Amino acid sequence: MLRALKSFGAFWYDFVIGDDWQVAAIAVAALALTALLVHVAGVNAWWLLPLAAFAALGWSLRRATSGKS
Amino acid sequence: MTAALPLVLTVFVACAVEAIEALTIVLAAGLTRQWRSTFQGMAAALVVLAVIVGVLGPTITLLPLTALRLVVGALLAIFGLQWLRKAILRAAGYKALHDEASAYLREVAAAKAAPEVAKRGVSDWYAFTLTFKGVLLEGLEVVFIVITFGDNQHNLGAAVVGAALAVVVVTVTGIVVRAPLAKVPENALKFLVGIMLTSFGTFWGAEGAGVKWPGNDAALLVLVPVVALVSLGYAVWLRRVHRLSQAAARPPTAFSETEEVTS
Repeated sequence: MLRALKSFGAFWYDFVIGDDWQVAAIAVAALALTALLVHVAGVNAWWLLPLAAFAALGWSLRRATSGKS
Repeated sequence: MTAALPLVLTVFVACAVEAIEALTIVLAAGLTRQWRSTFQGMAAALVVLAVIVGVLGPTITLLPLTALRLVVGALLAIFGLQWLRKAILRAAGYKALHDEASAYLREVAAAKAAPEVAKRGVSDWYAFTLTFKGVLLEGLEVVFIVITFGDNQHNLGAAVVGAALAVVVVTVTGIVVRAPLAKVPENALKFLVGIMLTSFGTFWGAEGAGVKWPGNDAALLVLVPVVALVSLGYAVWLRRVHRLSQAAARPPTAFSETEEVTS
């Protein structure tokens, strides 16, 4: 039972979060910030999510290749 | 019929765009994961779509499509970035080309416990869920287009014809390009899939957050090449760094194909 639960949890973690949880966190934070900018500040921030994605990817790659992941 | 032609063409083009987006997800999941689970995900999405349309009828336009875009977009963007990360690390030589050591697979191999998966008859939930979400979201958008355009022009039949033609044309195209795509090297394909998932995820996620993209759907024609260029740039940069670090670490020690710098 415990094994099955562990396997189930590992699947969903790997499925949703993947190898680097910080990338997922940055993507979600960038989406939240985009929504805030659009709905609160009235800024059509279409550029924010792509920029955040590129930055998150670059940061993740740098940490992975320097062994600090 | 001639009077209905502009409506048919408009719905055809609009629905073809949505169908191509769904096809991209289906091809991505099928070519890089598993076709059986992909088709199961597609079939499940079509069944759910049929049930939603049957139960809700025209009131379907009241569904929170924006929230759906936000969630699906966020998940696709995260999936896409994961794929890109791995593909770039492989292309740069930091990760073995055939890496099956993900946390999930390690867990499954160790515990040998995936009874729920086997019982439901789906062997690859990743492919299943990816396809299910993509096809359901795009299918809903096709239904929205048909109802909106058909209702506004008081000709639902013509709108249905336009949508059906679009889906058939895109499906046939998908079957035709499936075989040539299967010959592309695995990591190159995964690189491509990562680019597409990241682009679509970013596009839908931002739309779901309330953004109006410049040029609407045409923004994807810019977004996809930009994501590709940035990713290729990272791969080239890392390959150079990797070569330099190897050269600096003389006397040379052979880099193992299975070696991995990080998990």
